Formats: sequence, C-alpha cells, structure tokens
Amino acid sequence: MTNSIAEIKNNDTIFVIGSNTTETHPVIGAFIKQAVKKGAKLIVADPREIELSRFADVHLQLKPGTNIALINGMMNVIIENKLYDEEYINKNCENFEELARLVKNYPPERSAEICGVDKDLIIKAALIYANSPNAGIYYTMGVTQHSTGTHAVMSLSNLALLCGNIGKENAGINPLRGQNNVQGASDMGATPADLTGYQKIFHRESLEKFERAWSTKLSDRVGATITEMFKLIEEEKIKFLYIMGENPVVSDPDTNHVISALKKVDFLIVQDIFFTETCEYADLVLPAVSFAQKDGTFTNTERRVQRVRKAVKENGLAKPDWQIIMEIMNTLGYEKKYTEPKEIMKEISSLTPQYSGINYEKIDANGIQWPCKDKDDTGTKFLHKDKISRGKGLFMPVEYVKSRETPDDEYPFILTTGRILYHYHTRTMTGREEGLNEIAGSSYIEINDETANRLSIQNGDKVRVKSRRGEIITRAKVVNTIDRDVLFMPFHFTDGQANYLTNTFVDEIAKIPELKVSAVSIEKLKEEDHV
Amino acid sequence: MKTVKLTIDNKEIEVDSSLTVIQAAELAGIDIPKLCYDERLDIFGACRMCIVEIEGNRKLQTACSTKVREGMVVHTKTDRVIEARKDILGLLLDNHPNDCLICEKAGSCLLQDYAYEYGVKFRTHSGKTRDPYIDDTNPFYIYDAQKCILCGLCVRVCSRLQVTGAIDFVNRGFDTIIGTPFNDGLINSNCVSCGNCVSACPTGALMPKSKEKFRAWEVKKVKTTCAFCGVGCQINLLVKDDKVVGVEPVKDAVNEGLLCVKGKFSFNFINHPDRLNTPLLKEDGVFKEISWDRAYEIIKEKVDKYMEENGPDSFAGLSSARCTNEENYLFQKLFRAVLKTNNIDHCARL
Amino acid sequence: MYRDRLVKIRDEKKPEIVEKLLRDDVVELRGERVVLKGDYYKNQLRIALRNCDIINPFDIEEYIAFDGYFSLYKALSSLSQSEVVETMKNSLLRGRGGAGFPTGKKWEEAFSFDADQKYIICNADEGDPGAFMDRSILEKDPHSVLEGMAIGGYAIGANKGFIYVRAEYPQAVKTLKHAIAQAKEKGLLGEDIFGMGFNFDIELRLGSGAFVCGEGTALIESIEGHRGMPRPKLQRTAHVGLWGKPTIINNVETFANVPPIILNGADWFRSIGTEKSPGTKVFSLVGKIENAGLVEVPMGTKLRDIVFDIGGGCQNNKEYKAVQTGGPSGGCIPKEYLDVAVDFESLASIGSIMGSGGMVVMDESTCMIDIAKYFLEFSVDESCGKCIPCREGTRRMYEILELITEGKADMEDLEELERLAHVVSDTSLCGLGQTAPNPVITTLKYYKDEYLAHIVDKKCPAKSCKALITYRISDRCIGCTICKKNCPVDAIQGELKAKHSIDIEKCIKCGSCYEVCPVKPIKAVEIY
Repeated sequence: MTNSIAEIKNNDTIFVIGSNTTETHPVIGAFIKQAVKKGAKLIVADPREIELSRFADVHLQLKPGTNIALINGMMNVIIENKLYDEEYINKNCENFEELARLVKNYPPERSAEICGVDKDLIIKAALIYANSPNAGIYYTMGVTQHSTGTHAVMSLSNLALLCGNIGKENAGINPLRGQNNVQGASDMGATPADLTGYQKIFHRESLEKFERAWSTKLSDRVGATITEMFKLIEEEKIKFLYIMGENPVVSDPDTNHVISALKKVDFLIVQDIFFTETCEYADLVLPAVSFAQKDGTFTNTERRVQRVRKAVKENGLAKPDWQIIMEIMNTLGYEKKYTEPKEIMKEISSLTPQYSGINYEKIDANGIQWPCKDKDDTGTKFLHKDKISRGKGLFMPVEYVKSRETPDDEYPFILTTGRILYHYHTRTMTGREEGLNEIAGSSYIEINDETANRLSIQNGDKVRVKSRRGEIITRAKVVNTIDRDVLFMPFHFTDGQANYLTNTFVDEIAKIPELKVSAVSIEKLKEEDHV
Repeated sequence: MKTVKLTIDNKEIEVDSSLTVIQAAELAGIDIPKLCYDERLDIFGACRMCIVEIEGNRKLQTACSTKVREGMVVHTKTDRVIEARKDILGLLLDNHPNDCLICEKAGSCLLQDYAYEYGVKFRTHSGKTRDPYIDDTNPFYIYDAQKCILCGLCVRVCSRLQVTGAIDFVNRGFDTIIGTPFNDGLINSNCVSCGNCVSACPTGALMPKSKEKFRAWEVKKVKTTCAFCGVGCQINLLVKDDKVVGVEPVKDAVNEGLLCVKGKFSFNFINHPDRLNTPLLKEDGVFKEISWDRAYEIIKEKVDKYMEENGPDSFAGLSSARCTNEENYLFQKLFRAVLKTNNIDHCARL
Repeated sequence: MYRDRLVKIRDEKKPEIVEKLLRDDVVELRGERVVLKGDYYKNQLRIALRNCDIINPFDIEEYIAFDGYFSLYKALSSLSQSEVVETMKNSLLRGRGGAGFPTGKKWEEAFSFDADQKYIICNADEGDPGAFMDRSILEKDPHSVLEGMAIGGYAIGANKGFIYVRAEYPQAVKTLKHAIAQAKEKGLLGEDIFGMGFNFDIELRLGSGAFVCGEGTALIESIEGHRGMPRPKLQRTAHVGLWGKPTIINNVETFANVPPIILNGADWFRSIGTEKSPGTKVFSLVGKIENAGLVEVPMGTKLRDIVFDIGGGCQNNKEYKAVQTGGPSGGCIPKEYLDVAVDFESLASIGSIMGSGGMVVMDESTCMIDIAKYFLEFSVDESCGKCIPCREGTRRMYEILELITEGKADMEDLEELERLAHVVSDTSLCGLGQTAPNPVITTLKYYKDEYLAHIVDKKCPAKSCKALITYRISDRCIGCTICKKNCPVDAIQGELKAKHSIDIEKCIKCGSCYEVCPVKPIKAVEIY
C-alpha cells in the first residue's frame, strides 16, 4: 500500500477493484464500510455482487479479465472532461500525451461493451473518482491474477496519477496483501531476482554488498519462479526442491500438473506445521512450529513491521523455521549462528535500506512502517510524499488484451476463483476449526439462478465442472449475484478442488497465474454418477 | 486548537476545548467508572456510572456526555456521586444472576470489578428478574440475556465499527434484551461471527464457547500479530498451561480493536493433536519418524550429490508468505549463499 | 397578487361559514371573534384551538377564511428570517410540549447555525394517558400546524419538515395527509411558496406507539430509522439533530400558536397570560370531573377556576382530592394548592409540571398510592430500556408500591422507595426517566399519611386497595337478600328479613354487595 490503513476512513472516495474486501481483509473491509457511513463515496468493480456492492454508489459488475478496458474507459471520461489534475501532472509525471492518445480509443461505449456494464456507470464512476479531493484505490488478486495483471496495476497507477492521488495522504494505490507476510517475504528477497529490499541480484553493487556481508560468492543469474520451477523439474534440471510453509497441491493452478511435478522431482523437502496435501509427495517432512510458538516479525500490507511473539512452547520435536534453516546451513558448512530472531533482524536492517532503522526495541509497541532509514526515523505513513520514488511518475499506457482462455462451445463459462471469509488459503489451519467447518465446510460453485434453471441445476445439487486441465465434482450454490456466464469457486477446499480446473497461463512480467479466468463447463451430476 | 482550563478533583488541567469531561479526566489520570463507554464509538449515555458533580449544576452530570468548559470545577468522587453509583450498581445486581463463582468472566468482568470497588453486594429480593434467554446458535459464542447489562456496546460495535448490524435491542423497558431480527438466532442473521461484540462485552453476557475452562487470572496474555491475512491485526493470545485458550484484539493498533472470525476464534490449530511433531522420512512409500540429526544428514548427502552431479541450479526453494521476515531472509540466504542459486520464490501471487 | 387571492377567499367564505354556524347555534360573536357557545366555553380563551369545531378541517378555504396562511404570507413577504425569529423571541412563547423552553430562543439557535440542510419537526406523538390536546388540533385544524411549521422553516432556513404522528391517530393522519395535499395544490407548501422563492415540504412519519418517541432525540432516532431511544445531549438538536443537521422540534400546540403571533405581533401575545408564561395553554381535563374536555385558558389561571368553574367540580358531588398535571411525569396537586396559578413556574414550585397539558382529577375515593402505582406502571411499560436507572429503577419502585397496596410493605420499603425515586430522577438519561418518579415524589410529599396508613395500619383510607379492606354487613341490614344473590362466590349467608353476614375467607372483595345494597341513606354493607 502506498498509504496507511488508518487513512482509509478519511478517503473521500474509495475505489475497490477485484477485491472482496469484507471477506478477504475483513478488518479493512469494516474500515471501508465505516468510511462510507461517514460519507465517503464507494466505487466497486467486481464480477460478483459482494457485500461492499451494497454500500457502493456504483457497482461495476464487469466480466472477469476486463479491468484494463474499464480503467481506460474511466480515464477516457476524465481526460475528455478535463477533470485530471493538470498541475500535478505537469509537476510530477511524464508521458501524459501517450496516455491521452491511447485512452482516446476507449470511449465509455467501447469499454462498456467489453466489460459488459452500463456505460453510464463507467461515466459515473469516473466522475466520482475524479471529482474527489482524496480518492484511494484498493485492489487484490482480482486485478493481479490475470495474464494482464501487471498491466492492470499499471493502468490503476495511471488513473491514480491522472488525478494526483499518489504521494498524497488519504489516497494512493493500495494493494491489499492476501497472506499475513507476503509483503515481508517479498521485502526479504524470497524472489528469483531480488535480494532484500528489492535490491537486484544483477546490480553489481548490490550483489557485492551481500557478498561482503555473507563472506561468499553469489550467483548473479536470475532464478526460476514457481511456475518455471515446475517446468524445470519436468526437464529434469531441478532435482532438489525445498518447500517451506506452502501447499502448492491445493493453492497452485492446474493441480494435476503440480502433482506430476512434485512426483517427478528427485528429492522433495516439505516443512510445515501439519501434514499437508503437499507432504504426501515429500521425501522428507520437517516439523515446524506455528506463529504462536516463535519470535519474529511480519510486515503487513501497509508496510508495518510488527512483532510475532512466542506464547506457547514448541510441540514435540518441532522447531521454529528459522532454526531449522540455520541448522541446515550449519550442516552444509555455513557456520553463522543466531541465538534468536532478533539477531537476524539486525543483519536484515544492516543490508536493507527500507529496514535500516528497524529493530525489535523500536517496533515493540506499535510496529513501524518502512521505509525507516535510521534510528531516529519513525517510519513512513504514505509513500512518494515529496516526490515519486523513480523521480517522475511515468504514465504507462496499456491496451486491453483478452484473457488467454476465453469461453467457447465446449467450455462456455468463465470460472473465477477466490477466498471466503471463513477459511484461510489451503485450510491447513482453519480447516481444523470445527466452528468454521460448521459454517463453511465444503466446496461449492456459485452459479447464476437463470443459468442454473436452464441447466436444471438446483441449489445444493452435485455438479461436474470440467476444464481443459481436469474435472471435479462439487455442489451448486444458486445465486443472483453473479453474471449468467460466470461461475465462482472458493479455492480453499480439497473436496472438489477448484485448482484442478485453473490454468497456468501467467502474466509475463510478474509471473502471476491467471487464476481469475478459466473456461469451464458445468453439468448436473446424473443419478448413476453418484458415488 | 482552543484549550480550556478546568479543575477535576482539585487538579487543574488545560485541555482541548472539544473534549468531554471523561476524556479530560483520563488525561489527568483520573479514572471515572463507565460501563457503556468506548472511545471508538458515539456517546451512548446509558449506564450513568460516569456521573460526576459539576459546581453550579444542581443535577449530577454524566462525564461522557458533558463537554469541558473554561473554569469548570468537577468532582468525581463526592459522597453524592458515590452513593448514586452504588445505587446504579445495586439496580444492576438486582437483575443479574448471582453466579460469579462459576462465571468464566469472573476476574475480567467490569460489573464485578465495580461491585468490588464500590462494595455493592447481591441482595435477595422478591422482585422480577429478566426472563431467561440464551442464543447459542453461533458456533463460536453464546449470548445469555440474564447476564446482559444492556450497555449496547455489542450493538454499536456491530453496527458502527464492524458495520454489519446483525444485532440490536429488542423488546422494551425491563424486557429489553439483545437479539437478532425476529429472534431467529445469530446463525440465521447476517452475523459474520467476527466476535467483535464478544470482545466488547463488559460482562459474561457474550462469551466465546471455549474448549478449555479458564479464569482471567489463570492466563497470561502475549501480544502478537494475527497470521490470517495481510492486515496484521494485533492480538493478545490468552495462554493457560502452555495452551492458547483465547484471543483478544488490541485496541491501540492497526485493527483498532477489531478482528474477524478467523483471528478471533481460529486458534485451536495451535494445540491440535494432528500437529507434526517429528521429522518424517519416506522409505518405500511409507513415512517413518526420524531424528533431526538424521534428517540433516540426509539433506547433506542429497545436497552434496546434486551439487556434484547437477550444479547449484538443480536446487530450488519455495519460501513462505506465512513465515516471518527473519525466516524468509534466512531461507533465501540458504539458497543464495550456501546453495549458490537464485531459484527461490514464494506464493505472493496466490 | 397572492395576498389578493387569500383575501378573496376569506371575504367570500367567512360570512357564509359564520352565518351557518350562527344558524346552527354553535357559536357566538365575541367582538370580532367567533367563539363556541356555552358555559363550558365562556371562561376559555382559545388561540391554539381557535378554529376547532368552527371550520371544516378538510377544506383549506375555511382555514383561510379565518386568516389562515396570512401569517405565512406576512412572514415571507415582509419579514426577514431574523425578524421572524425576533418576533418569536419577543413573544416569549414557550414550548407547549412539556419543558417550556422558549421557542424563539430555540429557533435562533438553529437560525444562526450554519448548515447546508436544516429540518423542522412537529412532535405529534402525544402519549400521556388521557391527553388529547394535539389530537384535536390535528384532526380539527391541521393547517394551523402546517402554517406554523412553514413559518418556522422560513425562519431557520429549513425546507423540509416532518410531522411525527402516532399511528394510533388514524383520523389525524388522514386530515394531515389531506391538508398537506391541499396546501401543496394551492401553492402554500412545496416549491416557491407565494412566488417568494421559499420551498417547504412536509412529510408524515408514523410512530409505532412508543411513548419515549415523544422525547426529541428518540423521535429523531425513530425518523432516522433506528430504534427510538434517547440520545445524550452532547450537542443541541438545534445544532446537531436529524441526520446530524440543525433541527427544530416543537409540538403541535406550539406550532398552532405561531401563526397568530406572527399575525398579531409579540405584544399582543404577551398581553395574555403571565409575564414569564404568556399566552394560553390547552388542558385535557379528565378523570372524576363533571365536565371533561379540552380547556384553553390564559396562563396563570387558577387551578380552582379550571376544575370548578369550567370543569364543574367532581362527579357525583364527591370531594375533590387531587389533580394530576403533566401526565405520568407530573405530580399530584392537593386541595391546599387549588389556588395555584397554572403556569410553568408555579406548578414547578409545588413539585408538579405543566407537561403537555394533561389534567386528571381525583376525588376522595381515589387511593393516592394506587394512582402513583398506575402512573409508574405506565412509565415501567414505556421505558425504552436504555439507561439503567429508568429501566431497572422504575420497575423496583413499582414493585414496592405493589407491596404497599397489598399491605406487605414495611418502613424499610418506604425508605427504599424514596431513595430509588431520587436515584431514578437524578441519574436517568432522558426526561421520561428523570420525571417518572414524580407521581411518587409528590404523593409522598402531600399524602405521606396515606402511605403510613397502608404500611403501619394496613389500611387504605380511600378504601380502594382490595388487599386492605374488608366488607362487613352492619345492623342496618334489612335482609333483602339482594347482596346474597349478587355475590359471585357465595360468600354471603343470611335468611330473608334476617341480618346477613359475609364469610371473609371466601370474599374476593369485588364490591358488588356494596354496589347493590339498597339501604339508605347509609348502606348496610360497610367497607373497613
């Protein structure tokens, strides 16, 4: 997030796109609703009618995969009506003319056609956004999990820059991070091209800094992403895979493909707190402790580094992950020892500019939002305050491109996946809570009532859903909150697991899979098929 | 900012003129009792416990709903005030079950605390008490109308902070209770089980359905960060006998005292019997328990083998968005510094 | 042009109406004024009720005929907003809903508070038992309220008004709806009234029978769609009211007084009534009174004049015992204060209140503890349940009164009752709770001996509390057997022409033997 959670309540306009916030980030969802109650305008762009749409001034119920067309359409309205922040653009941005030229081709009529929404709603949304002194954009995977995800994020940045909403309090462009420490894992360099703090491995000075600190030579070749890893396994180039606290058999697209790769890899280590679906395929399973049994820090979606504190002792022989990794490093001949996570943080801050002012004493009470440069720095509420990080905000005009897989005669529906309030990711933890299972215990697929009627599917019926990758059986939940040609499934459940259906097309820049759009077919399960 | 000077209990203070007496008193370190007040919410004025005497006012005034004024002289502990508070507590106890001995809330119950502080006892009387009404339809928590003092915190937290509006006052006067539309049960309302009402309840009226019995003084509280999404809500884990038995939200934090159903109630996995307790090695398709030393030995053997035969890029690691910063840092360090590969990724994209 | 139209209607209609009324012998002319005829009316001065039973409430032209909407025209055409506020302030009109807050001062608060939207609310949630002042005005002269509201709207800068009327007044709802429609049709409400650029619209909101919704802040909550519970008054509703906007709430009678004040001026109004409480007040005179009904008299009229000269004293020549003013929040006024002047200050000085104008008369057969219990029961039922003292305290007080009337109370209970009365009145959130103990406090003040009789002697001096009386048959019995035949539980024995007796064990104290006993002048059935 460029801005802070506490600022949400002071936004004049909140634009939520591709985020079912009240279910995926319930507390932020509550703050958004509070803001609306206080008088803020709310624009929601989502293929489903979600709780927030009931609070919204405009709900743009667009087709999955058409975010860019929508945003370009909104920008067209804003530019045509000269509602952009000219002074801000002149001072802070580059490439405005290019943007104006591109979005000229997206009159609201055209965007409305592509997105399947009323053009007046696009105009209304654009006017609301542009006429608000402080407008914040909030998005999650509904924007990023597309083959054009990165472009959609650029598009949102264009919109925010156009109206001068970056580098401003109570505004900004705010991805809501799904998992508790996605922000931190990225900050810490758990990605193929970045060292900590997004320092590039292919930048000589960065690499040398780490080589000095770690007293060893490092590779400057960009590594493989998850999807590439599975490919490299199939090509027998990767032999040894170490998975810590991940359950790709449930979470990753195209489950059949994931399983075949995991089966294929020579040696698989899975380190987790429970025996997950992925553990089945492991050669070695290492028991780790839960968040309540160790010390450390998580970095939340507003870049706040906060303490994790040990409350109960380790179970059995299970150990904190950091200790296991350290012991493996030591076993492999790397002698560095840490007696507690605090020492690791010390090393992190010495190598990471954004974290350089962070230590356990300082974050003890309320955490600190990075960047935090030195010991006197109390952190950063919102980014780009005085100037955009890269110097000038660059408009990156992007064209709308169709999703990689679109419905056809054989697979006539768009399946989009997501989370629900009552479960977290692959249910490793929440699946063990009786109450949660009582409320939401099994897989289902949301289907429009008219479509269901046409296919003789009734609420609660068992249905077979097929895609080019696989097929599953789940239960129909007949709703009137989704378009006729769109289906929705939560991906948490293993009884009718959505990811058997999803595809592995990825966004070429961020390598995010297009989980939000797959073409599928659905049919009522016949009597004789019942198991 | 305009300020005013006023005197509270002979203490002269200067505060922002927009404050209420209760806020000014807090700044002055003077505690005024209150049962329906929450600084996050609009002033409700129902419990009347915060009454004070203000010189020049014939009637007692509630400190929560009185703005400070220049030259105001406030007394929070006069005999008249204390007597009135005792009377109010007496009225509450007259309509409250005398079961503190077995009530799980004992020790963290505001009604009990104030009864103790003001020396008010239960008495026997022949008058009416509230009819029993229990809503236990929600899997996570229970509402017991007889323990309810109708402070309205739950209702207001639900409608103003959580903005769900599942519950409200129903019936009137002495028969008032908290309920859902048509008293159809919480599970059939639009309740999202966030439990923010439970966290706000000052008495034992709204209680989590705990698996473990515990009293307030038996638990230690450990402040930490919730692990269920990127908001980073701050929570206190309640720990008894090395077991997490409950969760409370932290008010002075990013979540402003709110949580969701997962953060509030999904903690039983921590002490779950299915937890992995020992390293496991698959031999001939069957997992066998092994020691850590053995596990590390095997890893070393494999690493040496692939390093020799296939080189550094035959190693790959998936780090975790659920692990700590320190662990992610070490994980990539292991791959980069020890295994000499950048084949490291995590599930940021899922 | 607009005024000409009003004048034309008035000049054409008024003679017709007056002629018909005179023909029907229901009115007489008092100087210029047309007033209702008869003894009951001769000592009254009707301002708020000026048109009641004189005009047809469904015909706006009849209202215009009696100077209706001339005040609104005057205000819009020749007075600035602040001049209207000034006139109201100078008139010293005080809110007729109960608290008596100066109306002009209230309007000034809202007028001088800057906001993009303001509201006028008419509180027509009349709820006191036996009170029907507002109902009469709404049913018989709805336009006087609409006109008063429109003038108020102009004065403070509001273009939206709400009338919060109880749903139990279907006739009032009907007349109001009709009146609003007619006024809009005539351009007297709605857009651009009298072509002066002032817009004012009125909507009805129906209350669902909660007494507490007559309390201003609870009424606002109710209009906003919430449960009707009072709010603490951190800010004045004149500044932060309906949907957070400056809001004026006045009751029906207050608004009905506005047009005459604007038309005739503040000095005229101040010439009526007392110095601090000018004008008149409408009372609903009920209970054990000979002539029950609505009474409108100048403020400061003696209570005795109302009860005896207009009301004709107690029914059946029984002795006057007390009058309860101000409804369940009011107090009982004993004989020795019959000469009190009825105005805000004087009533308050003897522990009662003006309230909205309820006046319940009681005679010697009324037990004052029973009366206190009756009013308290009303408050217990109508408490919204929000604040502890009112919700819990009134209930406990009621229970003690029950014990007293059942003869089961002791002196400690009486002390507890007094203590609770003060807790509830001192610490309750809203006016309803703060005044709920008044019937108890005033009866304790003026009729303590009756309480003691119940508690110490276990007797009810008014012979009204069943648990404390016994029926006996005296030697005057002529043995007619009528009582025996009428006893529903066969508790009376005795042969024809012989003295009868009552089996006290069986007797249920229904009183039917007493009622039917034909012995005169003193009945043979006695109550102890």
